[in-house]
Amino acid sequence: MISSFLEQYMSTTLQCLKLLDAYLLYILLTRALQLSYCLLLRTFPFNSLLSGFMSCVGSFILAVCLRIEINPQNKGDFQGISPERAFTDFLFASAILHLVVMKLVS
Amino acid sequence: MAEPSALESKPKASAGGGGGGGGRAGSKAGGPGPGPAPLAGGLSQPAGWQSLLSFTILFLAWLAGFSSRLFAVIRFESIIHEFDPWFNYRSTHHLASHGFYEFLNWFDERAWYPLGRIVGGTVYPGLMVTAGLIHWILNMLNITVHIRDVCVFLAPIFSGLTSISTFLLTRELWNQGAGLLAACFIAIVPGYISRSVAGSFDNEGIAIFALQFTYYLWVKSVKTGSVSWTICCCLSYFYMVSAWGGYVFIINLIPLHVFVLLLMQRYSKRVYIAYSTFYIVGLILSMQIPFVGFQPIRTSEHMAAAGVFALIQAYAFLQYLRDRLTKQEFQTLFFLGVSLAAGAVFLSVIYLTYTGEWHQGWKYAKIHIPIIASVSEHQPTTWVSFFFDLHILVCTFPAGLWFCIKNINDERVFVALYAISAVYFAGVMVRLMLTLTPVVCMLSAIAFSNVFDTRNILDDFREAYYWLRQNTDEHARVMSWWDYGYQIAGMANRTTLVDNNTWNNSHIALVGKAMSSNETAAYKIMRSLDVDYVLIIFGGVIGYSGDDINKFLWMVRIAEGEHPKDIRESDYFTPQGEFRVDKAGSPTLLNCLMYKMSYYRFGEMQLDFRTPPGFDRTRNAEIGNKDIKFKHLEEAFTSEHWLVRIYKVKQLQNRETLDHKPRVTNILSKQKYLSKKVGSQGNYPTKVGSGLSGRW
Repeated sequence: MISSFLEQYMSTTLQCLKLLDAYLLYILLTRALQLSYCLLLRTFPFNSLLSGFMSCVGSFILAVCLRIEINPQNKGDFQGISPERAFTDFLFASAILHLVVMKLVS
Repeated sequence: MAEPSALESKPKASAGGGGGGGGRAGSKAGGPGPGPAPLAGGLSQPAGWQSLLSFTILFLAWLAGFSSRLFAVIRFESIIHEFDPWFNYRSTHHLASHGFYEFLNWFDERAWYPLGRIVGGTVYPGLMVTAGLIHWILNMLNITVHIRDVCVFLAPIFSGLTSISTFLLTRELWNQGAGLLAACFIAIVPGYISRSVAGSFDNEGIAIFALQFTYYLWVKSVKTGSVSWTICCCLSYFYMVSAWGGYVFIINLIPLHVFVLLLMQRYSKRVYIAYSTFYIVGLILSMQIPFVGFQPIRTSEHMAAAGVFALIQAYAFLQYLRDRLTKQEFQTLFFLGVSLAAGAVFLSVIYLTYTGEWHQGWKYAKIHIPIIASVSEHQPTTWVSFFFDLHILVCTFPAGLWFCIKNINDERVFVALYAISAVYFAGVMVRLMLTLTPVVCMLSAIAFSNVFDTRNILDDFREAYYWLRQNTDEHARVMSWWDYGYQIAGMANRTTLVDNNTWNNSHIALVGKAMSSNETAAYKIMRSLDVDYVLIIFGGVIGYSGDDINKFLWMVRIAEGEHPKDIRESDYFTPQGEFRVDKAGSPTLLNCLMYKMSYYRFGEMQLDFRTPPGFDRTRNAEIGNKDIKFKHLEEAFTSEHWLVRIYKVKQLQNRETLDHKPRVTNILSKQKYLSKKVGSQGNYPTKVGSGLSGRW
């Protein structure tokens, strides 16, 4: 079942979407790493841990949103949002997210 | 009189549009119906007028809101009122004099002696920062305002901003007209005024603005699915968190909205993007406020948001997979996923009960904590407060809610949930009437706007008069009953025979006689008076009881007064003495001109499947004479609801039709004559031409 899914995935998705998916996978791995640190070791600098964690989750969500918005299959849902606009939104949102994360880390 | 003729010479559509537009421009801006097509020329651009009008109305609403809150200041002086505002003022003063970081790290040793108070960590800084910022900006521009004055007037100024954000929100939900109404309502509604007067320097003054603005941005982001709107919503949410503890309302209402959308199968990718981004960025922003700290991930008040977040991630992922896998594979995966999730939930419940995390959150057991229960603002609300705080809006608010539910879409689900939860909370605590007030204003505005929208406005009279004005000759003469004389002269600009002055009774009697006689006699009268058009009012389609058939007997009586030999009132009644228009009505009535004009073609009209065709709604009877034909009149115009009917009087015909049948020359009669002469050959013709040659 998984192999058929992978086959279909490889053939139907666009190149740029695959790139985004690779980025998403990377974020997921980082998050798994952080979570294991949290569970296994300690939660002392709680705000740093939290900010790091939130940063991961936030970037993940934003990348997913970007992926949804630039997918040409979803054109109907998003009138008036070109891929360029979606990317600009992504940059703007990431900037805000990382600003706040920086604040929380300290 | 150049102008009216110029109007006439223009084609009908544009002149009608000009007349109609002129009539409607004075009404509420941005009216719902299709506006007239934009005419050439700058000043007559309807879109321009619309935005100018909206701007003016919003400005006036702001002014009204501001002025209505100034009573105490005008009467006494510019001073802070009540209790809580004095602490807020003192903190703002500290902020203005010592700077932002000093304020955040302020340890107040002059309160709660000898314990002291950590102000920075136990206050919602939004109010102080807002006032401090305004003070700083004004002083930078060398407008030296004292911090006390900024604090006193902050709430009235922000009430104007609340009006504007309510306008924006209602416009997203319904239309511009409703938005303007909502803005006007919230500017002057007592429930909001009482907690934001000048001098009441408290959190609610800015919090309601932040609340409405955040909701507006949320609705906008759900509608567009764009990340930038969602980020703006998060920033506004951050402002709200800094301003008031009531931010918990937002962080529970928005997940509830998303959850209900999921349940209603209105899931869409826009909702997913909007909520996921909002939750994460909003969460991390809300933790910036020291007072809030790490509560958003610890306390039970915030758990709903997290739960819905997890749910929507799972849902979206499943949707994604479903598009890729076949049904069989998807089902196995689904079962696997559900069992895993169930297992995870079970484990987490065990873990949480074991560590005691559940018990942290029962903050709403207010009846068990005396200090909280003793505050007067926390008492349950009486019905009196509902009425005094909301006045008439409390009656129209359920209607607006019903309209929203009837025409449901994603954003109206939100406002319905908002309304229901606000009503519940307002019933619990008097203080929370404040959260009910904005939504009541919005829904009442929607109700009023809908009332003005629906086409219950009947404009048949003006429709008919304008038809007369544009489609008849300038010197045409219109005959009608005297009631309508002035209106015809004024709006249709035509010559009338009789009007409301009623100075000449014989003339009115002539008109009455024409209306009461049969068509031929009436035609003679109308020819003698040079009548071109006849106008009557007929209310049988809409049930209007002031029409000409109901006035008819007066026409008869007036005519009888002058012409007693021709018109007799008793002729129009049944033998039993009733005035009836159905089959049992008197034949004189069923054939008189007024009857024919009123019911021409009405016999074919079936208004309702329960009633037969030709059912007169005013007299509640099926008409007697359905097959009406005119000889000397023809129908010229009937208005939309058949209220006004206009007939044209035909000219004399070129040839008079004969009353009798033409002569027929019959061969049969000649043969009779022949057979008598020759002999009885039988009554059949042989050879006509040679009939005289005799028998051979």
